[in-house]
Amino acid sequence: MAGTAVLGRLTWQPAEVVDVISETPRTKTIVFNVPDWPGHQAGQHVDVRLTAEDGYVAERSYSIASAPDGSRLELTVERLDDGEVSPYLTDELRPGDRIELRGPVGGYFVWTPSQGGPVLLVGGGSGVVPLMAMIRARAAAGSETEMRLLYSSRSWDEIIYRDELGRLAGNDLTVAHTLTRSQPAGWAGYARRVDAEMLNKVAPRPEERPHMYACGPTPFVETAAEALVQLGYDPRRIKTERFGPTGG
Amino acid sequence: MDPLMLDGNAVAGLLQEVFCGDMTTAVGTCSNCGASEPIGAVHCFRGAGIVLRCPHCNDALITIVSSNTDIRLSLSGVRTLWVGR
Repeated sequence: MAGTAVLGRLTWQPAEVVDVISETPRTKTIVFNVPDWPGHQAGQHVDVRLTAEDGYVAERSYSIASAPDGSRLELTVERLDDGEVSPYLTDELRPGDRIELRGPVGGYFVWTPSQGGPVLLVGGGSGVVPLMAMIRARAAAGSETEMRLLYSSRSWDEIIYRDELGRLAGNDLTVAHTLTRSQPAGWAGYARRVDAEMLNKVAPRPEERPHMYACGPTPFVETAAEALVQLGYDPRRIKTERFGPTGG
Repeated sequence: MDPLMLDGNAVAGLLQEVFCGDMTTAVGTCSNCGASEPIGAVHCFRGAGIVLRCPHCNDALITIVSSNTDIRLSLSGVRTLWVGR
């Protein structure tokens, strides 16, 4: 894999599955060992390539979930029932299996601890994945940068990384959940779709010039970004990453 | 708003394959309206091919058709492309 050493050159590399972790009924984290992994920044993604026996090739892009950690790489994948790639990744992969991936790609939707803050993260569903990489990168660096996550899920059971987020919260990391479809008994958090009023409560003030990242389904990201602009935040500091229902 | 719309981040790998560097942070200026945006922030529509559109005037900036053997890239909607080193 000498090619990976060439600046900017993107080559497919083998990745071996070392673990598959169930996150929610529809999402799994797949832990890979990628021997020649060049390292990444939180928020970047990888392209995954599957080749069928008849030569048919399917490629998809997935956000990296893990903080940079040597040759270990984690992807959290949501199973889309009519998807071409995600059902294979979530249902079929076992430790020892190999797939091909290339990356990291994308330098736009990234945050590194040296950038500082405050930071506002707004995630919808599996859009939390690249934001979790940022939260984990912050924790791994021992950073005390102020970071606030507003995370929208359909229900309590569909909150990805729920326990880990609970453990990491504190030390200037705040986590606010909203559950849009159903809420457990006694739920005291938000229970509606993300809107301007909610963002106004959760986000640092516009004068603090936060770095803002919104990731999720396209309508979710549009709503969040428009609400932030309406609240007076600098559009240039709002970075968005949209994924569509065809991502599968 | 089209729920199938993505953004330039979605084609980061494909563009890196062509330009041998990250293009999501490259800033493109729209030939039509003159607005400048990082490629990661422009709108992306996938069909038989891929069209990147200006988020301000909706004009096509870049069109991409790729197959297993080649990639055809049209940049007719981009007046200038500013790429950091």
